[in-house]
Amino acid sequence: MTAMNQVLAVPLTPPRLPWVQRAVAWSRSQLFPSVGHSLLTLSVIALLCWCVPAALNWLVFDATFVGDSAKDCNPAGACWLPITQRWNLFVYGFYPQAEQWRVTVSLVLAGSAFVLLFFKRLDRRLLLAYLALLPIVMWWLLKGGAGLPEVSSTKFAGMLVTVFLGTAGMIFALPLGILLALGRRSKLPVIRMLCVLYIELVRSVPVISLLFMASLMIQLFLPPDSAFDILLRVQLVLILFTAAYMAETLRGGLQNLPKGQYEAAMALGFGYWKTMGQIILPQVLKQSIAPLLTQFIGLFKETTLVMIVGVLDIVGIAMSTAVAPEWVEYGHEIYIFLAIYFFVICFALSRYARHLEQRMEQSRS
Amino acid sequence: MIIKPKADADLMVRIEQLNKWFGNAHVLKNISLNVKAGEKVVICGPSGSGKSTLIRCINQLEQHQQGVVEVLGEELNGNLKGLERIRRQVGMCFQHFNLFPHLTVLKNCTLPQTSNLGVPEAEAIERALGLLDKVKMRDHANKFPSQLSGGQQQRIAIARALCMQPKVMLFDEPTSALDPEMIAEVLEVMTSLAQEGMTMICVTHEMGFARKVADRIVFMDQGEIVEEAPPERFFSAPESPRTQRFLSQIINHGVHAQ
Repeated sequence: MTAMNQVLAVPLTPPRLPWVQRAVAWSRSQLFPSVGHSLLTLSVIALLCWCVPAALNWLVFDATFVGDSAKDCNPAGACWLPITQRWNLFVYGFYPQAEQWRVTVSLVLAGSAFVLLFFKRLDRRLLLAYLALLPIVMWWLLKGGAGLPEVSSTKFAGMLVTVFLGTAGMIFALPLGILLALGRRSKLPVIRMLCVLYIELVRSVPVISLLFMASLMIQLFLPPDSAFDILLRVQLVLILFTAAYMAETLRGGLQNLPKGQYEAAMALGFGYWKTMGQIILPQVLKQSIAPLLTQFIGLFKETTLVMIVGVLDIVGIAMSTAVAPEWVEYGHEIYIFLAIYFFVICFALSRYARHLEQRMEQSRS
Repeated sequence: MIIKPKADADLMVRIEQLNKWFGNAHVLKNISLNVKAGEKVVICGPSGSGKSTLIRCINQLEQHQQGVVEVLGEELNGNLKGLERIRRQVGMCFQHFNLFPHLTVLKNCTLPQTSNLGVPEAEAIERALGLLDKVKMRDHANKFPSQLSGGQQQRIAIARALCMQPKVMLFDEPTSALDPEMIAEVLEVMTSLAQEGMTMICVTHEMGFARKVADRIVFMDQGEIVEEAPPERFFSAPESPRTQRFLSQIINHGVHAQ
């Protein structure tokens, strides 16, 4: 009986020290393990004390958020008026005022796609259908037609261009990348050769020259009267470009998967597409989530290159604001805003990648 | 499935004058082997003798270059559609189990049924649970393969193959990758399967299992069938010197022989 009590008395979790002791132990091992490290820690702390308050003062406390013109700006702090004053231009571009709700709706739809991805319980088919329809619905909302008044794509600019190119690009690039990766490993020589040729060609040409080709050359191949929208042309280039890189990432994953997986699927009578769709790709995609999301982030940032062929994305709007006579002194603020905008979106994407990886680790162990 | 009226209507597998090369290496030489319904054939031989290649030709994981492989009365050639139909009736267990790691144990057993046989989900689950019960793995139905030991995984692999209600089962060294203490549990499942009358072709080094279960033992060396005999004669009076050498090696080391 006593022996039994002794067994029970052993705590189930390792003993924890009070938090003060833990904090001391932590800082001793992480911050001040030696004289050299201590000096380094102290100088970093000093540096932070010196620059963080100054930066915060300039960015927030002394900054001007409200006002009508450059005259209202406090010269000691940042002036965010070029952005607040031109907010409409940043988000909606030259979109007609009366139709701007369409842009708002499509931005919300794109944003909620990202939110939906976090819901584990959501039916996967529903999610896929949503994602597949999203670019089409967004394009319909933005461009008009079928009940909505048409808006010329010369009016598209700002955030709506960035978000549309980014979202639709990601949604179309992945399936195309998958097909290219499968094609590159196909047993049929013609398909394999075509895929290799395509992937190698696209990967060895800078994306800028592809964009120039899209804006100048595609028109040459089309009948003279057909106007293939410039936004769709650059979108096509971004998709084709990203897909080629994704294909290479996925090919790595396909090659790494043990041969036994293919053999077991074949032995159970799975056909080619079922083997790929139900056995191989789910595993490969899981393994490749981190590099794929990196490419999505890359794609999102590459959308800014469309400026070169005359599509005004958010960077284009920012640049035109920075050279407008009234705001010409406030370039810093404008570019800091741009940096924050891209950081927020790209950081969210990379957090999502991390979330997916963790979810997989949980389901494995 | 209609079995063509052949000379032997109950032949499950008919292999005739089979030749296969890997590059220039002649790995299977004039192999002929018939397996009747309900028969249990054990194929053994030193490593590199072509026994795995032979068994993999039966469901065309390896393609042969010459000769005839006929399964359930249908000749296997390049015709893919027919091949998938045949493969669904030929179960196979691999040395490394090859369970699908992204699916639970249960899903491993139901997906092939729903996807390839068109069995309704509920029926597939019922059949899968029944067979998992038979291999004593029902309690683990909702785990992932990586959470289980090798012996458990191999038993699940057997259940998964049986879910397709195959007419023939192929085993390609099912116990070679297992720790010694797990070999028995897999052999036990295989033995009970044999007692139920399943047609089985096993590549294995487990001579105790072979002696107990096999109707015939086929000994291969260097791509040829050297000897084919019922177990009593195979173990007590092997004809070929190569068989004698192989058996003496196995028994001297005393590894798997009883």
